[in-house]
Amino acid sequence: MPARAMRPEEYYIEDEPYYEPVADEGQVFEAAYRNALPVLLKGPTGCGKTRFMEHMAWRLGRPLITVSCHEDLTGADLVGRYLIQGGETVWVDGPLARAVRHGAICYLDEVVEARKDTTVVIHPLADERRALPMEKHGEVLEAAPEFGLAVSYNPGYQSVLKDLKPSTRQRFVALELDYPAAEVEGRIVAREAGLDEGTAGRLVQLGTMTRNLRHEGLEEGASTRLLVHAAKLIAGGIAPASACRDAITRALSDEPDMLAAVDELATSLF
Amino acid sequence: MAEPLSLEELEERLEAHVCAVLSSRRTAVRPARGLAELAASEQDRVLEWVGRIAGTSAELAFQFAEHAPETLGRLGPDRVPGWALAALDAYDRAGLFPAAAVLRDPEGATGTGGAAGGVALPEVAGVLQAFLRGLHGRPLRVAGAEEAHTDTETVYLPPIQFRLAERRDNFLLYKATAAHLWAQARFGTFRDDLLERLAAFPDAERARRGFLALEAERLDARLERELPGLSREMAALRRRLDVPAPAGWAELIAGLAEPDADAGDSLERLSDAYGQGLAEPPCYAGALYAEQALAVKRDRQERELRQVRVALSELARQQMEESGEEPPAGEEGDTQGPGRFRVREVSEGEDVELLLDEQPVAAPPDARSVLASVAQDFQGIPPEALVPAGPGPYHVSARDGEDSGCRTDAPEGAWLYPEWDHRRGDYRKQWCALREEAVTPRYDGFVERTLARRSGLARRLRRRFEALRGGDRRLRRQPEGDEVDLDAFVAATAGALAGAELNGGLYTRRRRVERDVAALFLVDASGSTEGWVNEAERESLALLTHALEALGDRYGIYGFSGTTRSRGEVYPVKDLAEPFSPEVAARIAGLAANDYTRMGAAIRHVTDLLADVPTRTRLLVVLSDGKPDDFDGYYRGTYGIEDTRQALIEARGRGIHPFCVTLDREGLDYLPRLFGAAGFVAVTDVSQLPRKMGEMYRRLTT
Repeated sequence: MPARAMRPEEYYIEDEPYYEPVADEGQVFEAAYRNALPVLLKGPTGCGKTRFMEHMAWRLGRPLITVSCHEDLTGADLVGRYLIQGGETVWVDGPLARAVRHGAICYLDEVVEARKDTTVVIHPLADERRALPMEKHGEVLEAAPEFGLAVSYNPGYQSVLKDLKPSTRQRFVALELDYPAAEVEGRIVAREAGLDEGTAGRLVQLGTMTRNLRHEGLEEGASTRLLVHAAKLIAGGIAPASACRDAITRALSDEPDMLAAVDELATSLF
Repeated sequence: MAEPLSLEELEERLEAHVCAVLSSRRTAVRPARGLAELAASEQDRVLEWVGRIAGTSAELAFQFAEHAPETLGRLGPDRVPGWALAALDAYDRAGLFPAAAVLRDPEGATGTGGAAGGVALPEVAGVLQAFLRGLHGRPLRVAGAEEAHTDTETVYLPPIQFRLAERRDNFLLYKATAAHLWAQARFGTFRDDLLERLAAFPDAERARRGFLALEAERLDARLERELPGLSREMAALRRRLDVPAPAGWAELIAGLAEPDADAGDSLERLSDAYGQGLAEPPCYAGALYAEQALAVKRDRQERELRQVRVALSELARQQMEESGEEPPAGEEGDTQGPGRFRVREVSEGEDVELLLDEQPVAAPPDARSVLASVAQDFQGIPPEALVPAGPGPYHVSARDGEDSGCRTDAPEGAWLYPEWDHRRGDYRKQWCALREEAVTPRYDGFVERTLARRSGLARRLRRRFEALRGGDRRLRRQPEGDEVDLDAFVAATAGALAGAELNGGLYTRRRRVERDVAALFLVDASGSTEGWVNEAERESLALLTHALEALGDRYGIYGFSGTTRSRGEVYPVKDLAEPFSPEVAARIAGLAANDYTRMGAAIRHVTDLLADVPTRTRLLVVLSDGKPDDFDGYYRGTYGIEDTRQALIEARGRGIHPFCVTLDREGLDYLPRLFGAAGFVAVTDVSQLPRKMGEMYRRLTT
């Protein structure tokens, strides 16, 4: 079966993405959206930021356009550029312009990875102006009321060279997401992988143990996503100890002592 | 038949090999006497081995000579080479201590296990410690000792484990022992009345072993519920190594498997069964060092109860201020309303929720892990911990402004800095006097020796830092350069076809990217660093400067300490603009431990130095082993933490990024408040300090 191809602005999410609320983040996001305020999602890797965005896009009935930011991302990558098509110059919108034009929600993932001179492109969209100047194209695009802007980043162990400037940060409503409480996390893992709650609970225990090891040598503990990976392997018939080793331990660290310790924690639980 | 050597001849031969470890108090006479009893051929054999071993370690050779006669008697001459080789092997792998343990246990070394499958503690201590810290509860340390035991803060394990044939099995035995001792500390084996209860039995040794065996059953049941995989491994070890229990044991221990069984239940059963059949403790139970454990526990409890009560009184006071109530005017020791605080367990483990007047409040940052530790010790939070302390020594009392031994006029040649009084919400102007004191340089080759001794790490660090120099970067859209920038050209052509002007930036160019980073290292030189920590700090500096010189960043090094607010001291080791030189190396060698840690003024001083540097990125790295502290007592605690925090906020305001590397195990309590959740790294093993500092620097400035 070939992959489906579609335009970004047609990416409507049809089925409800499963999301377990941690607190009132859903209501706050919705309130921000209705008030045309952009949202900043903070949280460790794999704690559900992207899933949350998909869920909210589905709930609000808007298409979701995601941009993964990186150091070589330029303003043109976001806004658009001229291309030569069939001997003619044609303006092609970038993902941000598409979202503005079609009233979609634009989600910039890991926004600190982009250079600061690129990030300022979103400033006019993120304040009362809600407009995207497109100098090369010679127009200013005013956002439709359905347009929404969201960015995310991981406030963990960051380089001092990669930081959000105050002038950027202060345009956003900030939501802090974190790994859910043990019970909730267990439900999520069980449901995502089709695994029984007992085994899922043990995986969550392992996750919590690795989070105890932060500042001891592990940069970050196991994210919910890693636990779901392991759960899926177990549901597919792999022995729990092997699943943990491959899906969790090896993904967390390369240091031999730490690898051995996390392996021992995993074999202690199953 | 050759004649056996005489005592004098033996002494002489031994001295030739091991003179390095002899002294006026320790001569070769004793081992010589032992050898004098042997036959000539045996003497020859032993001396030959002494010579061989002395090539590796004179101390080990000496101990070998001492143990040799006994071992010959027990094992016979054929097993002696195996015994010697096992000791040498252990020495190569893990050093003198484990090797000496092998010498003391010849049967173990040459038995079915043999030291070939043996595992030495240094090889696995890191893994075991990380493993224990992953498990919940107070973070424990792992250290070596002859007998396995715990004192509730450290887990002591034997230096080498070779009871079983395979390495993996010996490691499992280590792991099982570590986990069992962890469980003893976690689930309340060391009751306050343990010593009295055990003293009631006529045979102390028998009582201890019986108690250990019963506790082991109780703790095994707990572990089976929480860590089934580990429990299976431990049961397998028991089946292999332990003798079966006497008749009636199973009925005796029945109740201990209940979830709420505690050490008291074990003691009751000890009384019941003392006269008849008691099983031996399992192979992983270690020994019971009850006196030591209870002493450590008592000290810790006093300390932590105090901390909790002080923190709670702070919290109560803050709540009152926020709600506009007047704090009750009380005499010394007046408690602010007993019964206002309550705790509620949120889940199994140490997640407790603190309630003030039945409303949940956030436990103060100082107190969170302390509360958890108290909960673990008392198996719950005792009511007396929840009574906030009245005004006490940590509060600035009516003696405000009159601290002992302090002059208020500005001393000669000192800088004056303000201090933040969080109670007032304002600065005390010109409150601290700080001087720069010269470091006495020590030309003892410390830096060279360190680089030689840790040559592997030095090379690695330096190479990794060299890689950071970034090298060439391809700049796009340049007006001139060596290659055409295709993207720019396409865009320009498209623009030209659409009628726009052909923009000139159509080339790419390679350019060396200059790093624009300056860093200042502020190193704790307080009295608490004396010894290992000071040594590790200086080693780290030696390795770090070696790597930084390859990188070309501008950097400075300053030590700090001081006593009271009128005698703060900062020790310049390397100025920011100063090039590295033998003098700087000598100053690193000469950095000694001094007095206290009044951090705020020192941070303000170096902030001034760093703020003048015109680089784009300025980093302040604070290397410390503990909380802010000072002689006059009030700097320790919230006051010092708040002042330090304010100094860091001032630094940030001037464009400086602060970061902390700490050796303080309790750092997680207060460092997030000072440096932010991502602005510090805790190093638990001092020998890892140089590597961690290198990694940290690399990560921060990339």
